[in-house]
Amino acid sequence: MARIIVVTSGKGGVGKTTTSASISTGLAKRGHKTVVIDFDVGLRNLDLIMNCERRVVYDFVNVIQGEASLNQALIRDKRVDTLYILPASQTREKEALTKDGVEKVINELSETFDYIVCDSPAGIEHGALMALYYADEAIVVTNPEVSSVRDSDRILGILQSKSRRAEMGQDQVKEHLLLTRYNPSRVEKGEMLSVADVEEILAIPLLGVIPESQIVLNASNQGLPVILEEDSDAGQAYEDAVARLLGEEREHRFMTSQKKGFFSRMFKGG
Amino acid sequence: MSFLDYFKGKKNKSASVAKERLQIIVAHERGQREQPDYLPQLQQELLEVIRKYVQISDDMVQVEVDRNESCSVLELNVTLPER
Repeated sequence: MARIIVVTSGKGGVGKTTTSASISTGLAKRGHKTVVIDFDVGLRNLDLIMNCERRVVYDFVNVIQGEASLNQALIRDKRVDTLYILPASQTREKEALTKDGVEKVINELSETFDYIVCDSPAGIEHGALMALYYADEAIVVTNPEVSSVRDSDRILGILQSKSRRAEMGQDQVKEHLLLTRYNPSRVEKGEMLSVADVEEILAIPLLGVIPESQIVLNASNQGLPVILEEDSDAGQAYEDAVARLLGEEREHRFMTSQKKGFFSRMFKGG
Repeated sequence: MSFLDYFKGKKNKSASVAKERLQIIVAHERGQREQPDYLPQLQQELLEVIRKYVQISDDMVQVEVDRNESCSVLELNVTLPER
């Protein structure tokens, strides 16, 4: 039985696809057979971030509708050989994702994979509901910013009432907070919500804090999951998050700014 | 921050404003979320019944469910227009 993990947020642009790419790559790098599914039907993007956009022939909706087999649609990653990508369809209606269709695909994947990572579209509409419906665990990607935190709380409410686990009265979906685009120096100036603030408001366990970093854009430009930038702070922060997801204890890093010296404060305006 | 602000220790505290606003709105929205799904329809039907006898506007009927450990209380507030 595979563990099904949804990467969700409510709000768009907070780093769901970046996170899906890195978490799935990290799991696969540790030898777990992992598939990452793009649920954003109509706006396919995961393939670009994973650098396989030119290898897409069949997609998720083709498989649901019986026009292709899973093996035909799955794309094997060129860097990590235990990692597969199931791309979203660009042309179909979002309603092409039916509960039964998604279940059939997830059940089939469950037979051979250890982890199924579901990259949710933004919003709380059909696609987002389908992405979280079968989840055992949820990574709630949040920016330290008011609208993102509020939307994350709404998504938590939906996980607790509309997921399969909620409907069947099973143990609830295990929730993880991943705080992304974190800028410690702005937090220290009192200009940005701190990790502790967001944890206090959302009241779910912290999986990791990804510092705001230029590396993230550089990596996506090249179709490289950030976690493979092993020397970067953001890459290491994702690596830590994957370790914690697998039950390892890791101290949180990158949560304080590099202190500037007295002179650079004077001349650069702190 | 300017040179002088550094010595005065004057800091921008917009983060604490954000936190306070979020705590209020999130608590409010969680309260709404725990309300049963049938509530809006119940409210609508109650409005229709009352309107057979008294003309009232939509916002004059408030329906809420308060959950305690042992039981739930359906709270109904109807404001009648002034005579």
